[in-house]
Amino acid sequence: MQHYLTPDETEALLLSLRISLVAVAGALPFALAAALLLARRRFYGRALLDAIVHLPLVLPPVAIGFLLLLLLGTRAGLGAFLLTHFGIRFVFHWTGAALAAGLITFPFQVRAIRLALESADAGLGEAAQSLGAGWFDRLVSIALPLALPGLIAGASTAFAASLGEFGAIITFVSNIPGETRTLPLAIYTALQTPGGEAEATRLSMLSILLALIFMSLAGWATRRARHEH
Amino acid sequence: MSIEVSLRHCFGAFALEVDFIAPGAGVTALFGPSGAGKTSIVHAIAGLWRADTGRIAVNGRLLLDTKAGIAVKPQARRIGLVFQEARLFPHMRVEKNLLYGWRRAPQRASAEEIARVIALLGLENLLARLPRHLSGGEKSRVALGRALLAAPDILLLDEPLAALDAARRDEILPYLEKLRDAAKVPILYVSHALDGVARLADHIVILRGGRVEREGAARDLLTALDSSIGMGAVIDARLSPPRADGLSELLFDGGALLVPRLDGAAGETVRVRIAAQDILISREEPRQISANNILPALVLGVRLDGDYADVQLGCGATRMLARITTVSATRLELAPGAQVFAIIKSVIANRS
Repeated sequence: MQHYLTPDETEALLLSLRISLVAVAGALPFALAAALLLARRRFYGRALLDAIVHLPLVLPPVAIGFLLLLLLGTRAGLGAFLLTHFGIRFVFHWTGAALAAGLITFPFQVRAIRLALESADAGLGEAAQSLGAGWFDRLVSIALPLALPGLIAGASTAFAASLGEFGAIITFVSNIPGETRTLPLAIYTALQTPGGEAEATRLSMLSILLALIFMSLAGWATRRARHEH
Repeated sequence: MSIEVSLRHCFGAFALEVDFIAPGAGVTALFGPSGAGKTSIVHAIAGLWRADTGRIAVNGRLLLDTKAGIAVKPQARRIGLVFQEARLFPHMRVEKNLLYGWRRAPQRASAEEIARVIALLGLENLLARLPRHLSGGEKSRVALGRALLAAPDILLLDEPLAALDAARRDEILPYLEKLRDAAKVPILYVSHALDGVARLADHIVILRGGRVEREGAARDLLTALDSSIGMGAVIDARLSPPRADGLSELLFDGGALLVPRLDGAAGETVRVRIAAQDILISREEPRQISANNILPALVLGVRLDGDYADVQLGCGATRMLARITTVSATRLELAPGAQVFAIIKSVIANRS
């Protein structure tokens, strides 16, 4: 890798991978819970939850970054509370970038998991229940294994999208080398620098390559999910 | 030991109002056309659907009592439910499917017991397969085994043959017969096909329009004059030792029947079915006739039904129903008390 990329570029790549991984892994349990709620339960406010889950897909990422800054800025509110009581700080920190990326790519995960849960025959749950399995047992032994390809598809798509997140990250946690300067931010920085076109091109090619890898993985998992049922 | 079911539910224009008590052993058929409420009853017993009011008890164990506010959760009911479409878990091999309920049973069957069920249903060579590589009949057998190994208090078979074609049905029925004889659990067999019911049931509950039209012992109900599901006869007969002429003799209370050779041990019980159209009636004992089975019988009753007449006959303690033309019934002057001979043209015997 060193032969192809400068140390700064390698740093941006590794940081991007780390932030995306944490973003996807951190959002996964919440995405699973939301998908279970939307796929299995009929409740008052379900349509609203559905809309809220999909919001990050249509809101300008800059707006989300700005809202996060308002909410989690250390001067006041939740951000100040987290800092004084738990020592947790998101602003200008790579974990903040992961939070922003996880939020933006949340809908991808929910959609894929929900689709997988819905296509799994509800009758299988009834069969498991009559064979003595309680709800958590059924979730672990039937629903999750059957939804696994969907889970992988959702996580891969979210990972790929997360690698490309720009607006929310730069607004919320700024563009700090080694801390929050992910690939897209590094491309942006290179373009702001005289003679940085070559670097921007290299990083763009790298972004395309990564996106292709993870989208192929998502495609494979989706085909796998269809084959199972 | 019995299965008590009492349910009331209003589905708009359709009202379900059923009460019946099925014996705590053997096969009880829940028979009726689609829309009679059979599936609702099955789902209510399994706990997958809740009626407005009702009470369900299996062998003294209360599963539902809406008045007392009791509703045991489906996973705690110990009901071995076999669905029409088998519903095997697609991500588990046959063996894991079979043991799914077993792992969760309060009292697990022994390894010998598991081997016995696997042998009974002929699953030895399927254990390592995934459900998508099984035929329809094989799926049904795995579903039966899976339910049985969960050590249920009752087996609930919801139209287990309906999703299969005729050939597959004939493949499964012998297994169901074996199951009836080998399994110690009572079986509630839901069906709209009279053939399987006559072959399997000991007790029948006839449902129509959400109500119990009639219930009783299978052999009585199937040979009752005013029954909507009348057929010639259903007899549980004993197999005699092999004969030299290649025929097999079946003894029952009322005489003996000769049938083409049946393999099996002497003394074994064989269920025999005779179609009402296959019983002829003669006033005199016929001689020089190809039929092997001619039984002396007493006319118990006659019901005229347009061009046809149903004649109820008694052979010893066994009742039969002959369907002849009204013209013949009039010509022979058939009336209760008349001594006649029943000529049985063909006998269907399924060794179980």
